[in-house]
Amino acid sequence: MTAIVVSLYIFVLACFIGYQVIWGVTPALHTPLMSLTNAISGIIIVGAMLVTGFHEADGLTRGIGFVAVVLASINIFGGFLVTQRMLAMFKKKT
Amino acid sequence: MGANTLAVAYLVAAVLFILGLKGLASPRTARAGNLYAMAGMTLAALVTLASPQVSDYGWIVAGVAIGGGIGALLARRVKMTDMPQLVAILHSFVGLAAVLVALGTYFTHRDAGALNALLLSELGIGSFIGAITFTGSVIAFGKLQGLVGSAPLRFAGQHWVNLALALLMVGFAGQFVLGGGLPAFAAMTALALLLGVLLILPIGGADMPVVVSMLNSYSGWAAAATGFTLHNELLIITGALVGASGAILSYIMCRAMNRSILSVIFGGFGTGEEATPVSGGVEGRSVKSAAVEDAAFMLENAGKVIIVPGYGLAVAQAQHATAELVDALEKKGVEVKFAIHPVAGRMPGHMNVLLAEADIPYDKVFEMEEINPDFATCDVALVLGANDVTNPAAKTDRASPIYGMPILDVHRARQIFFVKRSMKPGYAGVDNALFYQDNCALVFGDAKKVVEGLTQALGHS
Repeated sequence: MTAIVVSLYIFVLACFIGYQVIWGVTPALHTPLMSLTNAISGIIIVGAMLVTGFHEADGLTRGIGFVAVVLASINIFGGFLVTQRMLAMFKKKT
Repeated sequence: MGANTLAVAYLVAAVLFILGLKGLASPRTARAGNLYAMAGMTLAALVTLASPQVSDYGWIVAGVAIGGGIGALLARRVKMTDMPQLVAILHSFVGLAAVLVALGTYFTHRDAGALNALLLSELGIGSFIGAITFTGSVIAFGKLQGLVGSAPLRFAGQHWVNLALALLMVGFAGQFVLGGGLPAFAAMTALALLLGVLLILPIGGADMPVVVSMLNSYSGWAAAATGFTLHNELLIITGALVGASGAILSYIMCRAMNRSILSVIFGGFGTGEEATPVSGGVEGRSVKSAAVEDAAFMLENAGKVIIVPGYGLAVAQAQHATAELVDALEKKGVEVKFAIHPVAGRMPGHMNVLLAEADIPYDKVFEMEEINPDFATCDVALVLGANDVTNPAAKTDRASPIYGMPILDVHRARQIFFVKRSMKPGYAGVDNALFYQDNCALVFGDAKKVVEGLTQALGHS
C-alpha cells in the first residue's frame, strides 16, 4: 500500500467514527458542537506551522504561513473558549 | 523528535478530539469533553513545533499570540444571540487558512523540488474546497449579521452559470496538476472564491441552519484535504470528524424542514416562485386576539404550561424576560416546560443556548419528539417568536408548501397564546392554520415586551 492509500483508509474509517460519535451528541448541545468543531478544525495550524517554520522559507512563504497561523489560532482560542462559556451555562434544576 | 514519536503524539491528540466530541452526548460530560479536546490541540501544536521540519519559531509564536488574543476576545465578547455569526466567520477562517496552507506548501515543495502530480492534485483540492468555504462563510456571516440582504438573491440561469464556473474551475485544476504552475492555481482558486459567493447568495435567511451546518462540513473537508497534501493523519482524522459532524447536522436540519439538501442549495422558500401565500379559507374565519392581562390570567390558573420559543425570541432578546416569567409562574405552582423544534433559530441548538444563558435549567427544555405527546395534556401553550414549526397545516393540508414538515403539536393544547408582532406570515409565506382554531388567541406585540407584561400582570394578582 502506498502512503496515499493508507491515508484514504484512515480518512474513511475516521468518517465512520465521526458518524457514530456525532449521532450520540444531544440536540441541546448542537451549538456547542459547532463551536467545538470550529476549534478542532483549527488543527490546520499544523499545516500552517510547517509552512511558516520551513527552514528555507522565503519572506513570501513565511508571510503566507504566518497569516494562516493567525487564522487557525483565532479558531482554536475562539472556538474552545466560547464552547467553554456556553457549556458553563447549561445547568440542571437546583 | 523522531517521526514515530510524532505520529504517536498525533494519534493521542486524535483520540482526545474524539473523546471531546463524545463528551457532548450530555451536558454533564460536555465540559470535560471540551478540556480533552483542548489538551489534544495543545499536544498537537507542541509536538509540531518540536518536529525537525519546523526550524523557525518567531513568526509562529507571534501568529499564535495575535490569533489567540483575537480569538479570546471574540469568545468573551460575543452575544449568545450572535453565535451563528461567530460560527460562520470561524468557518471562513478555516477555509482561508486551507487556501494559504496549500499555497505555502506549493512554495515549500517547489523549492525542495518535491512537486508531483499527486501532490498537485491534493493541493488543488485543498485550495478549492477552502476557497469555497471561505467566501461562502463570509456571505453567510453577512446575511446573519444583516450586512447582506437575507432575502434569496437569484437570477435566471443561475445554476447554469454556476455549473459553467465549476467546470472551468475543474479545467484550471487539471492544468495545475499537469504543471500549469501558479497562474493555473490562482485562476482555479479565484473561480472557487467566486463560486462560494454565488452558491450562498441565493439561499434565504431562514435556511441558515442548513447553510451554517453545511459550511461546518466544508470546513472539515478542507482540513482533511490539507491533511492529504501534508501526509498528516491527524489533520485527516480531524477533518473527517468535523466534516461528518456538519453533514449530520445538515441532514437533521433538512429532515426537520422536510426538505432535501438539494432543494435548500438550489432554491426554496421565499423565492416567490413556489411560495405563493396560501391564504385559502381566510374568508369567513376569524382570528381572535387577547390582551396581555387575559393571557396572564389563563397562565396563572393553568397546571401545565409549555413555552415554544423561536427565532423571534432571539431577535427580541427576550430570553432573560422569559426566565423571569417562568420564575413567576413556578411561584404560583404552575409547571413550565419548553419545546424546541430542531430548526428554531438560525443554527442548530440556538434556542437551547439562549435559554441556558437565561439560567433556565436544561431539564425543563425538551426536543420535539420528547414533548409532542405532552401538548394534549397541557393547559396553555405559549408561542414566542415561532411560526411555521407550529402550523398544523403541515399535517393536514396537502396543498400547503410546508406539508410533511414535522411540527410541534401546539394545536392540541387546551389554550394557545401566540405572541406575534403583526399578521405577517412566517418565512415560508404560509398562513398559520393555528390562528383560526377556536382555542388560539394572538397576543400582539414584541416578544420581550409581552413577556415582561405577563410577568408584571402575574405579580399584581
